Amino acid sequence: MGNVPATVKHCLSYEQLVQDFPWLAHWLQEEKEMVPTGVKIRLIDMLSETGLPVIEATSFVSSKWVPQMADHTEVLQGIQKHSHVRYPVLTPNMHGFKDAVAAGATEVAVFGSASETFSLKNINCSIDESMLRFQEIICSAKQQQIPVRGYVSCALGCPYEGHLEPTKVAEVVKRLYELGCYEVSLGDTIGVGTPGSMAKMLHTVMKEVPHSALAVHCHDTHGQALANILTALQMGICVVDSSVAGLGGCPYAHGASGNVSTEDVLYMLHGIGVRTGVDLSKVILAGDFICEALNRKTNSKVAQARGECW
Amino acid sequence: MAAVIRFVHRSTFSCRMGHQCLSSSCSAAVPKSVQVGSSAWKALPERVKIVEVGPRDGLQNEKTVVPTEVKIHLIDMLSEAGLPVIEATSFVSPKWVPQMADQVEVMKGIRRRPGVAYPVLTPNLKGFQEAVKAGAAEVAIFGAASELFSKKNINCSVEESLQRFEEVTKAAKEAGVPVRGYVSCVLGCPYEGKVSPDKVAQVAKRLYSMGCYEISLGDTTGVGTPGGMTEMLEVVSREVPVTALAVHCHDTYGQALANILIALQMGVSVVDSSVAGLGGCPYAQGASGNVATEDVVYMLHGLGIQTGVDLTKVMDAGAFICRSLNRKTSSKVAQASCKL
Repeated sequence: MGNVPATVKHCLSYEQLVQDFPWLAHWLQEEKEMVPTGVKIRLIDMLSETGLPVIEATSFVSSKWVPQMADHTEVLQGIQKHSHVRYPVLTPNMHGFKDAVAAGATEVAVFGSASETFSLKNINCSIDESMLRFQEIICSAKQQQIPVRGYVSCALGCPYEGHLEPTKVAEVVKRLYELGCYEVSLGDTIGVGTPGSMAKMLHTVMKEVPHSALAVHCHDTHGQALANILTALQMGICVVDSSVAGLGGCPYAHGASGNVSTEDVLYMLHGIGVRTGVDLSKVILAGDFICEALNRKTNSKVAQARGECW
Repeated sequence: MAAVIRFVHRSTFSCRMGHQCLSSSCSAAVPKSVQVGSSAWKALPERVKIVEVGPRDGLQNEKTVVPTEVKIHLIDMLSEAGLPVIEATSFVSPKWVPQMADQVEVMKGIRRRPGVAYPVLTPNLKGFQEAVKAGAAEVAIFGAASELFSKKNINCSVEESLQRFEEVTKAAKEAGVPVRGYVSCVLGCPYEGKVSPDKVAQVAKRLYSMGCYEISLGDTTGVGTPGGMTEMLEVVSREVPVTALAVHCHDTYGQALANILIALQMGVSVVDSSVAGLGGCPYAQGASGNVATEDVVYMLHGLGIQTGVDLTKVMDAGAFICRSLNRKTSSKVAQASCKL
C-alpha cells in the first residue's frame, strides 16, 4: 500500500488493472516506473503549500496488486501535515482501514461503483458485497471519529455496461451516504459524460442526497470535464476533484487523457469569480515538479500556455 | 484524486447579471452570472450551426505548407460530414500567408455540396474582388476589439480597418454576397491584456450595422472563462441581436467547451470550431489553439442539440489531415475513441 500522492497514486493505481487486463500493460509501461518515496512526499508537501484543503495522499490497497503503493506508510509519515489540509487515504477493506489508522490516517475514502460489472472487474465483488465491506469500515471509522468519503465510479457511463440509468447511480450514492459517508464523489470514470448527462444524473441524485454532500470527479477523456464541472456548479455542487497536471490517463482508451487537471479547473473557477483559497501558480509549480520527476508532459492546458498569451 | 477543491467562501461572489437561481437546490457557491439553474437546460437551442474553420483558420496556423489537393480533399470530407459552413480559404496576400497561396485552386477544386456555405476571408476590397472572381459566394472580414492587436495583425487601427471593411461590405451587398464579421480579442488581447466588453460591443455593432449577417466573437488567445464570456455577451447582445452572434473559442487554457456552453445558455446558436483542433496559438509556443470540432459536436449531441453533423465522418477528416500534417490530433474525442 502506498503513501503515494494521489496524482501519482491515481495514475499508478491503474496498474491494478494489469492483472485483469494484460493488454493494458504496454500502455501502462510508462506509469509503471517506480516513483521514489522522496518525490511522492515532496509533491504532497508542495500541494499542501498551495492552499488545497484536501489532498488524497495514498491508497491502502494490497501492494501485491499495486506494488507502487508499497511505501504508503513512509509517505504518510514523511509528509508535513498542514493543519488546514486533510489527507484522506483510500481503504478498500477493513484490513486496509486498520493499516491506514496505524499509519496515522485521519480520514479515509471508500470506492464503490454504480455498475455491477465494473465493481466485479475492478474490486472483485458485487455492489452489494462492496457495501457490506464499506459498512464495516464506516462503523469502525465512526467509533474512531474518522470521517469517510465515498466515491461512486461510472456515474456517467461504464466501460462494460455503457449507459447507466441515473436512478441506479442515485441508489448507490444514497447507500453510501446513509451508511455514513459525509460526502460522495460522483466519478465520470471514463470521461464519457457531457453537460447533458451530468445534469440528468445530478438532478436524480440530488433527490436522494443533499447537494452539499456531493462532489464531482470528472475525467477529461473526451474533453468534457470543465463543461461538466461548470454544469455541476450551476446545479449547486461545491466540491470538485482534480489532479495536478492532469496526471492519470484512461486505462480504457490507449493514449487518451484521464483526470481533469487542477490547474485548468482553478483557472476556470477563478475566472468565474469563485474563491477556492488555492494559489494557481504554486499548483503549476507542483505540476512542473511531478512531470519532471515522471519525465512526461503536463496534461494541463493552463500549464502548457503559462500566460505567454498575455 | 490529488485535490479536492472546496468553495470555502460561499457567501462572497459577485452578482453580475442578476440571473435568478431557478433550481431550488442551487447553492450560492457560484456567482449568479453563471448560475442559470435547471431551466437553462430547457432554454438551450434545439439546433446549433457549426462553422468549420479548420481549412482556413486551422491550416493558416500550421507550420507545414499543405499541398493543394490535400486541402481540397479535406474540405470535401468535411462537406460530406454534414457541416453547414466550411471556411475554405483566405484571399490575403500570399506574401503574408504562404499557406493560402493556392486560394484560387482550392476554390475551384472543391466539390461544393448543395446547402453548404464556403466563405473565404477577404481583408480588403482587392481580396474581395479576387475572391468573387474565383467563385466565392460568401466572404468574411476580420476586425479586432484591441487597437494594438489590430495594428500588429493587420497593420492599421481598428477605425481604419472598419473603413476598409465598409468598402468590402458595400461591394458585397451590390454583388449579393453575404458577409460574416469576426471580432478578435473579445476576452483578452496578447498585447493589451484585458479588453473592455464595451469596446467589443462597439466593434461588433459597427460590423453588424455595415451589413455583416453574423458576428463571430473570437477569444483569440483562449484566455476567457465562463465569467468573462458571460460579461462580454451580456454587453454585446445589447447592441447586436444574439441570433446574429457566434462564438469562436480557443482552447489554449482548456476553457473552450465551458465557454461555449455558457454562450449556448445565453442564446448563442452558432459555434466556430476546427477539425482536429487544427491551428495552435501563435502567442504561446506549444499551446493549443482552436477548439476541436469533434469535441464540440460530442458535447452538443450529448446535450441533445442537433447539428446535422456526422461525428464519425468529422473524425475521419481529422485523421486524414493529421496524417498529412504528420501531427497528432488535438481533439480529445479523437484521441479517446472509447468504445462505449
